[in-house]
Parts: sequence; structure tokens; C-alpha cells
Amino acid sequence: MTENKIESVENELVENFALFDTWDEKYEYIIDLGKKLDQLPQEYKTAERKIKGCQSSVWLVSELKEGLVHFTADSDSVIVKGLVSLLIKVLSEKTPDVILNANLDFMSKIGLMQHLAQTRSNGLLAMVKQMKLDAMAYKSQQV
Amino acid sequence: MALDTLLLYDIDKIRKDFPILNERINGKPLVYFDNAATTQKPASVILALKSYYETMNANIHRGIHSLAEKATAEYELTREKVREFINSPASDLIIFTRGVTESVNLVAQSYGRAFLKAGDEVIISTMEHHSNIVPWQMICNEKGAILKVIPINDAGELLMDEYDTLLSSRTKIVSVVHVSNALGTINPVKEIIAKAHEVGAVVMIDGAQAASHSYIDVQDLDADFYALSGHKFYGPTGIGVLYGKRELLDKMPPYMGGGEMIKEVSFAKTTYNDLPYKFEAGTPNIADTIALRKGIEYMEAIGFEAIAEHEHVLLAHATNMLTSFPDVKIIGTANQKVSVCSFTIEGVHPQDIGIILDSEGIAIRTGHHCTQPLMDRFGIPGTARASFALYNTKEEVDQLGKGIEKVLRMAK
Repeated sequence: MTENKIESVENELVENFALFDTWDEKYEYIIDLGKKLDQLPQEYKTAERKIKGCQSSVWLVSELKEGLVHFTADSDSVIVKGLVSLLIKVLSEKTPDVILNANLDFMSKIGLMQHLAQTRSNGLLAMVKQMKLDAMAYKSQQV
Repeated sequence: MALDTLLLYDIDKIRKDFPILNERINGKPLVYFDNAATTQKPASVILALKSYYETMNANIHRGIHSLAEKATAEYELTREKVREFINSPASDLIIFTRGVTESVNLVAQSYGRAFLKAGDEVIISTMEHHSNIVPWQMICNEKGAILKVIPINDAGELLMDEYDTLLSSRTKIVSVVHVSNALGTINPVKEIIAKAHEVGAVVMIDGAQAASHSYIDVQDLDADFYALSGHKFYGPTGIGVLYGKRELLDKMPPYMGGGEMIKEVSFAKTTYNDLPYKFEAGTPNIADTIALRKGIEYMEAIGFEAIAEHEHVLLAHATNMLTSFPDVKIIGTANQKVSVCSFTIEGVHPQDIGIILDSEGIAIRTGHHCTQPLMDRFGIPGTARASFALYNTKEEVDQLGKGIEKVLRMAK
């Protein structure tokens, strides 16, 4: 897994979003992604897995398989679920190093940061932070 | 036509007084329904802020020069206007604070710390804002006093029978909200106060949500303390009020020490200033205090009956609109309520409602509204809340209806 791989996924997302003329279409796409994301089994929705900083509940689960971090997530907000699914598309099944070094330019390129109000952006940043923290924990286990 | 000659009023004319209502949000005209969080400001309030800094900025009360005297006079005019607004018997019982939060903390930390003892009881209600919960928890923990909570029914009304059973000779303070920010319920505060007085307790009323909707008469209510936040009734942020009865304020120790609140200071002993200055340490929020008067005058010019009637029409229209959707549930259906509609949509998180409505230029509040125990009571994480003010229109409520259709289309 290389840095380029992450960038190609990011570029694909940026291109997909560029197809939409209106914010309604972008939201519809995000919501659609959210609806498609698998639901987490109820037993995973614990307080420890809940990400703080979001108005809605977001649960993030990660595991290390053969050197790659696999992320799954769920939320009671379908928009937040769509947003977290974007992050999963980009960051899941990558090495801890790739995750830690990802600068996630795509979020600003598709206008996510500008168009989501501060509290919502904070939630998104909290998700990124948690994904990177998980990656860091796996990295330290590997050493 | 002068404003005060209108019965119900010319809404187009009113809307022109609020510059922000011309804003477009996400390409759509702003529909501002987050009035319970803060109301928008009329041009007269905005102008007062500007002209204070342009024509009379000076530190008040001690200055000997003309500017200081002018600023002091304007500042004290607001105190007199607030006195009249809430029918306080005297203007020196009006203490300026930053808002209800500071007012509650002042009473808890000054009156509570001086007079609460271990085993005493403080009564609040299930529908309190965190600002009327946490200050009491803090002082109760410190003093070994016990916090008791008046429960509510499913409509969001206080259970007055339960209140009766909570009251006893151990009750020292009752602190309840006049109008619920999350539900819109108007509480029977006059009755609450009378019953507390029978057991010798003092009563604090959080009037944050009441002031924009109705007359307040602290003497008729017989309130011991009454708190206001200026920004909730067309004034600036950062300025609020604590009213207190003289015999209580007189025996309370100062809350903060500093300039302005003293008579004489030596390193051996300090004597404190008279009311209200005893509780106004430091240079106050002069500009916002001066502009607050313009906000009150704006409401007075329209007339409180006309405002209440207008908001009642909006509330009825919104309630009808919301109940027409089978998936929408209104949270807070009290018999007596102000123009606040909290609602949930089956299967849709409140945050998604807020985001999708925002894309239509409609500003509502979503979440727990700083009333987490109340949300727990209803077993929900939060609600979407639309709250209406004197400048809102039925057409805007219809826009909200269309917005909800979009929410259902996209997020269900």
C-alpha cells in the first residue's frame, strides 16, 4: 500500500463530487453512501467506541489484519454516516503509516469543510483524529 | 404610521428594521427560526452600539468629564428602563450581569453560600436549562445541601402535586424556569412562588425565554430573584439582569471583588458599595447595556399584546403544519406555551433535519438544547426546534413545511 493509492481514491471522490451542480445533489450522494454503509452490530455500539465531538452518535471500530487497518463505523445520523463512509473509503485497509501520513486534502477539495458548519466539521475532524489514533496504536504494537 | 398605533402590525415594515433578515443562506433567503437561542437585533440596537463608541465611549460612574457623565447617564437610563420593563419597585434592585447564567451563579454563590446549610433542600425542575441546574449542584455539593427535582408530564408540564410533596421546612431555595427553552411551556410561576413562600423558601425565576414574549411583573409574581438575558429579547449579547428583593440583596455578600463595588478600601478592611454597585465589580459592559434599552423600547413600541398575538398565530400555524406529517412528533404540548415548536421525525436524526433545512436557508436548533435531563425524560437524544419571533411570518412557516418534506424525501 502506498501513499499514491490513497490519493487515487481521494481523486476519484473529488471527481465524483465535481459531477454535482448543487449542494442538494452532494448531500443526496453523501446520504446514499451513508445508507449503503453496513450497520454495525449493536454490541459494537459502546461508549468507548463512540466519538466525542459530534452532535449525533458515531461509533468507530477498527482492527488490524495482516498489517492493514480495517475501519467500520455507524451513526444515527445518515449524513454523518455518509461522511464517515467517505473517510472509510480513503483510510480503510491501509497501513498505519499511510493513515498517519494522510493529509486528506479531498475534504476541502469537495467543499466539505466550507459547507459544513463548525460543529459538524468538528465532528468530522474528531472522526479523522480517532482513525489516526487507532492507526498510531496499531503502529506502536508492531514495533 | 407610528408603530404603537398598529393593532397587529405591518410585518413588512417590521422586517425592514432587522438588517440581517436580508441575508441569503446557501442562496436562499434566510428563514430565522432559532429565536429561542438568540433573537436578531433591530437597527436601533445596532446603531446604539455604534454611536456609543463613536460619540460617548468613556468609563462610567467615576469620571468627572462630560463624556463620562453622558455615558453614565445612558447606562443608568437602561437600568431605569429595565426596572419599568419588569416592574421592579426600584432601579437599584436591577443588577447588570452577563446574562441568566451569571445571574443564577451570582445567587447560588452569594445567597446560596451564605445561607444554605447541610441538609437544606434546593428545588429545581426537570425542564431546567443546564444554567439553572449546574450552579445549584455546585453549591449543594459544597454545602451538603440536597437538590430536588419537580417532575413533568408527557405534555411537558410541571406536576404541581409532586411539587407540593417536595416542599417542606427543609426547602430553602426554589429555582425554576418561567418559560422552557426546549418545550415552550409557560410555567405557573406565581403559584410556584406562593407555595414556596408558605414554607419560607426564596424563589429564583429564570426568565430567559419569557422576556421576548410577554410582560414580566416581578411584584405581581412576588419573585425573590428574577434573571434575564438581553440577547434573548432583541438586545445585544453579553448583557443580562438579576433582579432581587432589597432585603435579600442587602444581606447577600458580594459575588466578585474589585473596582466599582467598594466604598472604601484599605489593606485592613474594605467596605462595600450600595446596591446595585455592590454586585457590579469592575468596568461593566457599557455599550451593550446602553443598547439593551433600545431593544426593550422596540418591543414596547410594537406592544406586548400585539407581539404575543402575532407569535400565537405563528405557533398555531406551525403546530397545524407539523401535525399534518404522520412521521413528525411535537415534543412539548403544554396547554400554556410560547412560540417554540420542538419536534422529532421518526427515523431521522435531529442533526440531519438541521443540516437539510440549513441547505434551504432555514435556521433551526437541533440537539439537546442544554436540557439533557429533559431529553432523558422524553427518552430522546434531542429534538429539532423551531422558535418564532415578532418578525417571522406564516409564509416562513410554510417554507419550513416544504423543508420538512425535503428532509423526509432525502433522509428517510
